[in-house]
Amino acid sequence: MDEKFDAIVVGGGLAGLAAAYAMAQEGLEVILVEKGVTCGSKNVTGGKICSHSIEKLFPDFGETAPLEREITKEVISSWRAEGISDAGIDPQHFGLTESRSYTVSRAKLDAWFAEQAEAAGVMMIQGIVVNDLIVREGKVCGIIADGDALEADVVILAEGVNGLLAQSLGMIPELMPEETCVGTKEVIELGEALINERFGLADGEGVEWMAIGDTADGQYADGFLYTNKDTVSVGVEFLISDIDKTQKSIPELLEDFKALPEIAKLIDDGLLVEYASHLVKKSKSDKIGKLYGEGVLLVGDAAGLVANAGWVVRGMDLAVESGRLAAEAVIRSNASGDFSEGSLASYQKAVESSFIAADMKICADYLNQ
Amino acid sequence: MAKISVADKLGVNKFNVYEEKSHIVIDKQYPDAAEVDRVVRICPAALYTADANGVRFDYLGCLECGTCRVLSGGKVVTDWQYPVGSFGVSFRKS
Repeated sequence: MDEKFDAIVVGGGLAGLAAAYAMAQEGLEVILVEKGVTCGSKNVTGGKICSHSIEKLFPDFGETAPLEREITKEVISSWRAEGISDAGIDPQHFGLTESRSYTVSRAKLDAWFAEQAEAAGVMMIQGIVVNDLIVREGKVCGIIADGDALEADVVILAEGVNGLLAQSLGMIPELMPEETCVGTKEVIELGEALINERFGLADGEGVEWMAIGDTADGQYADGFLYTNKDTVSVGVEFLISDIDKTQKSIPELLEDFKALPEIAKLIDDGLLVEYASHLVKKSKSDKIGKLYGEGVLLVGDAAGLVANAGWVVRGMDLAVESGRLAAEAVIRSNASGDFSEGSLASYQKAVESSFIAADMKICADYLNQ
Repeated sequence: MAKISVADKLGVNKFNVYEEKSHIVIDKQYPDAAEVDRVVRICPAALYTADANGVRFDYLGCLECGTCRVLSGGKVVTDWQYPVGSFGVSFRKS
């Protein structure tokens, strides 16, 4: 392939898919390259998606997307040695962007989104890792994927939290253990009826339960539990640098959480169907790095856009919004023919004046209080 | 739920194993046992083991999270890449 595209998107998670979809809808020639066999197969959520931003792309998201359950009950607890108690945190109090939310399986959600993107005209390449970028005189001109060179006016890096390509450009620093958490979870099958019974839910209703580790009590992991349609996701989130404050391993911390009587009775007799792990940044700072360069934009986790204060972990709605805003900037540049840094800088301003920056600041203020 | 080993947990996942080489390179003779222990305990998949012969990393069950790279800062983990396209773990439920 030596055709030149209007835009190349690296990564078919929610940020990349949102960017690709929005650009293709405006008639741009877009190619998206995803390393997983299918979009979503390398992605992990806790978790739930706050749907306000993806509803801007799909107004009927709640009716048409493959969703597990709508969250109807949010519980924030404190996890101490003796068990679980109320944390006294009212999430409504902090002013985070309001939204409906749904538990999702990324394997299903991202595959659905990829179908919508393809139908909108995006050329989808799945199962290929982008190893390198083509850079000439400081401008990103394309990608090297599986030995093939592909060029475009702009490359959107939506490669996820590890951000190896953005790091190679010097646009982002390596993740630091002091501000990066590892989330590890089990997906446990219980069946829809048993979940409804144990959690007191009607069909389609769901629970989000966050259990914040009390560090004063020596508990450095946070626990979480989400109800999906016929499974529950149970996991722990752990700040990597805290490994020196405990003698335990991550798998042991997860077992500790599952063994709490309040959790154990809910997952009793369940069947493990998947074991997953993923990094998520903690919002210790609300500083947003430079998201643009000559011929390149960063979106989603690769751009460090996540609102994580422990009792709230939101990344997917920020990812979708950043992808959509990046698309808007590229569409403007495409119309003017100007893909310089100066032209793409409008994306940075859009992110900084959006709910993304506002929600990140709320989390940073909470963690630094 | 009955307690099962991490290896058995990984056993329920779908992996397409790239047999030719590991996508993660480690310093098998890293001299600082305390540093090695940090990496052993941080890996969610419990794929790092250490004994008198050195450090071992079993890449076959890797969840590709990147945690070992972030913790290690180049010490025990000397190179970290994603597996070759379409190889490695494929999540179906997460």
